[in-house]
Parts: sequence; structure tokens; C-alpha cells
Amino acid sequence: MSLKQDPNIPDPDGFYQELLAAHDGLSKAESDALNARLILTLANHIGDCEVLRDALKAVK
Amino acid sequence: MVATRYETAFKLYPYEAVERSGVVRHPVVIVGGGPVGLALALDLGQRGTPALVLDDHDGAGLGSKAICFAKRTLDIATRLGAGAPMVEKGVVWNVGKVFHGAGKLFEFNLLPETGHRNPAFINLQQPYFEKYLVDAIRKAQDQGAPIEIRGRNRVTSMTRHDGYVTLNVETPDGPYTLEADWLIACDGARSVTRDMMGLSFDGRVFEDNFLIADVKMKADFPTERWFWFEPPFEGAGQSALLHKQPDDIWRIDFQLGWDIDRERELDPARIRTRVDAMLSSQTGTIPKYELEWTSIYTFQCRRMETFRHGNVFFAGDSAHQVSPFGARGANSGVQDAENLAWKLDLVLKGRAGDELLDSYATEREYAADENILNSSRATDFMTPKSEVSQIFRNAVLDMAARAPFARPLVNSGRLSVPCTYDDFPLFGEDALIGPHASRPGASCPDAPVGDGFLLDHLTGGFTLLALGDTTPKAFSVEGVVVRTVHLAEVSKDLAARYLGDADRAIYLIRPDQHVVARWPEFDADAVKAALSRAIGKGAA
Repeated sequence: MSLKQDPNIPDPDGFYQELLAAHDGLSKAESDALNARLILTLANHIGDCEVLRDALKAVK
Repeated sequence: MVATRYETAFKLYPYEAVERSGVVRHPVVIVGGGPVGLALALDLGQRGTPALVLDDHDGAGLGSKAICFAKRTLDIATRLGAGAPMVEKGVVWNVGKVFHGAGKLFEFNLLPETGHRNPAFINLQQPYFEKYLVDAIRKAQDQGAPIEIRGRNRVTSMTRHDGYVTLNVETPDGPYTLEADWLIACDGARSVTRDMMGLSFDGRVFEDNFLIADVKMKADFPTERWFWFEPPFEGAGQSALLHKQPDDIWRIDFQLGWDIDRERELDPARIRTRVDAMLSSQTGTIPKYELEWTSIYTFQCRRMETFRHGNVFFAGDSAHQVSPFGARGANSGVQDAENLAWKLDLVLKGRAGDELLDSYATEREYAADENILNSSRATDFMTPKSEVSQIFRNAVLDMAARAPFARPLVNSGRLSVPCTYDDFPLFGEDALIGPHASRPGASCPDAPVGDGFLLDHLTGGFTLLALGDTTPKAFSVEGVVVRTVHLAEVSKDLAARYLGDADRAIYLIRPDQHVVARWPEFDADAVKAALSRAIGKGAA
């Protein structure tokens, strides 16, 4: 598996709205913590170290 | 006196004295001669149902209003005989560029699907849209369509009775009274009818101000849409937009934020500084231009709880208001008009019951919610409401420059497309394993047929569309006649949009060109049941 760089989310606007709704009412510190938990959860779901390494490279 | 609230761009329906002998009862009175009221009057009149439009001015208002008309609206206008001049006058563009700060994030080409009569959308100033509708109304009147437009007739009060409404109307010659069996309020976001009935209009106010500058320039400038997030020009605000309209006019928007000094921002010198910076940012030179129109607006997303109150209906901005991103205001209003016209016509002719009119409200309230959702999402992207949403927004923009996946998340407005009435009660079975885009509830996609287009065949009342080798029969249910259109030769695009893997199909299509139901073979009982359901009489 290589890192997907093409659109892969069927309803991008709906996803984006839900992502931001998850942060509603949180302080900045709470939001940062939520984001960290989210990254860890998604990383575990991906599981493939090569993909994760590619992702880290892609966003640096 | 009828006070002038705005200047008009075109005088389209000058005041004429009204015969005052006694109170006249009209079947349908439409308040407001904007795009929605005019489209409704034209649609009703062409069906032979009388429509009287009352407008407190004598033509199309001047100034920056709707400027983008989407394909579905153009298809409706084409059905009404007003589409061709709109497309001819309008500006069609395909290339868009999205910038973040000084850098370009990406460029897109819309590459519209071929085999449609009308483009995905055109840029056209609203006064032209209204003028072409009035031209079509004049033509229809010459052919006997019972439409009347009364300019400088302002409704000042209304009284509701059982089954009709009394209106007091002010004119330059003084007041008069008339009655209406059905009243349709197409009188805009500040609907006087809604206020007179004491109905609420709730929703969300966005804390932002937009500066509009329409500039006229003859310079050789590309016909492209340019959109900036966090533009690099002095004092340009959160975002900026440039796109072209007919008559060498360019619409420029600057998103200024909430706490602004309106008077200062409207200073022409200050506006010119911003416009100079924008225009020269890509070409390095400042073309010669004039400021045609400037204004500052704020916006809201809200709607009435219900669009039907007995024999009073609300359509267009009077019923629902959206932010301008995605061009969902006038476009959805014209779709309201089309949804209501054929239903009201059938009920007035006694061919359908009153309950059919309830479906106008349920269907168009759903459409309004979809439009408000899309326009709110665009606004939230453009105006992040918290630090974390700002961080995500800018992360999307950063990634959009590097990877294609983030580009669909960039949202400066999702262009108006008609809603699909999935699972609504008037729609029937999907017995064909056919394409998703033409499923029951959807508006019919256009496709080439012979030298013309499919939608040209789907006019008037209900249509039974038979494709390929099949033998439909003409029939009616309680006076509602279904016209059969049999296309034995199916073009490649038509097959892709209506047949999929099937080699034949039967579609029942509403007068507003939405699919009621579809089948692999003609079955008279099934079609009759679907028709009965489509006119609100339940399955026969």
C-alpha cells in the first residue's frame, strides 16, 4: 500500500462539517488533545508503517 | 403614493390605470415581479391558468443581485421560452483559479458534460433575467395566455377569509381592492406579505460583511473565476472573488469581516486601491476601469417554518434566504415556481385535490434545507468560526497545493444543482436497474435527441417516455392526460443517462421534469398507479 493522495472521501463537505462539529465548545487545548487522539486512532487503523511514514513526509 | 424603493434597470411593466368598478376576484395573484413571480406567472399562463402579478415598481431593479444562473434554471427558462436569449447574453466560463495569499493553490477546468442544451451555468445580471422573462410573457400574452402584470401596484394590507384573500392595493391613482382565491408571495427576503401575516423567518446571521464592486473594463482580461483565501492585497479581508458578467462588467467581492466602518470602506479611493491590487496581481498591470456599482452586504441563512399557509404560498427569498455562495437564491426560487405552477394549475382545473399543494411545501422546504446546508458549509469554510476551524481550514488550503485529495474540501460555494426528492410520497417505484442520476425524484438529465434535446420533448403535462423497442399506450387518470414520447432510436448519451445496461425503459415524468417512476416494460396498471400517486391521490 502506498499513501493515497487522490480524493477518497465520498462526501467531503459532510465529513468536514462533522470534523469541525466534534470540536464545538472545546477550548484550544481540548481541541489539540482531541486532534492528537484522532491522529493516533487513525494511525492505528492504517497500521501500515510505510504509509504512516509517507504521510508524515507529505505533511512536513 | 407608491414610494420608489430602488432605481430600475429596465422599465418593463409601466403603470396603467386599473378599472375600479367593483371588487374583482382573481384565481391567482402573485405579489412581486422578480425572477420567481415572473416565472410562476409565465408557467401558469402557458397552462391556461390566469395569473395576475402585482409589483410596486415598474421594472427590474438596478444593482447587484443574482448574477449566476444554473443549468436547471436555464432548462426551466428554456421550457418557458425565455432560455435562448439568456444563454446568448450570459457569460460562460470554465477555468477557475484558487489562490491562498500570494500563491496559486490550483486551477480547475469544469469541462462540462456534453450533450446538454444548456451550460452548467451562466453569469448574467438579474435585470436581464427578468427582462427576458417579461419578453416571453409578452409573447405568451399575444398568443392568448391569461397573464397580467400591474406595475406600481403595492399591496398595503390583506385580510384572509375562508377560501380567499382580500388585498388593498395602492397605485399612483389611489387605492383599490381586489380578491384572490390563491395568493403567492414572491416578494423577496423582506416579504411584506410575510410581515402582514405576522409569520416568523428564523435562522442564522453570519457575522461578516462583503463589499461588492462591479467594475467596467474593456481590457483583454481572461474569462476566468479567481478566488483568493486570505488575499495578499492591502485591506482585502478574508477572501476575494473576481468573475465576469456581460457588458464588460466584472463582479468583485471582498470579505471584510464583522467590525468595519461601512462609510470608510465604501470610499471609492479605498475601493480602487484594493481593486488595483487585485487586477494587477496576476498580470502586473492595472487595466483602465470604472466603478459601476458598490455596496456592502451581510447575509443570513433562514427559512419559514412552512411555505404554505392555507391558500397563501411563499416562494423564493420570501420563504428562504441563503448566503450567496453557490448561487442558490434565485436558482432555487425559480425551482419553487416550477414546482408550484403545475400543481396549482391541476388543482384550479379540478383535476387534483387540494392535498397536492401540500407537496409544494414539503418538497421545497426540503430543497431549501439542502440549499441552506450547502451555503452554510461554504460560509463556515470561508469564515472559520473558531481558532481550530481556522487551523483546519488553512491545513486544507496548504494540502490542496500539494495533493489532489484536499481540493474537494476547499469550499468557496457549491454550485446550485436541483435537489432529488428521494423517498417523497408523490414518487413511485424504481423497477428499472437504471442509472442513479435519473432515478425517481431526480430532475431529468438532458441528452441529445435527433437534432435537438430530450428536455424539449418533456413539456406541458405529464410525459410517458418510452425508450427503445417498447410499445406504450396513451392514457389518462381522472382527466390528467399523459402524453407519450417514444424514442426508438436511443443516442449514446441518452442510453448512458436513462438505460444503463437495459435496452429499453419506460419513464413517467412530471410536468416539472422530475422522474416519477421507471420500469423495464410498459405495464398500464403500474403506470396508472404511479400517476395517481403523483397527483396526490394515493396509489389507485
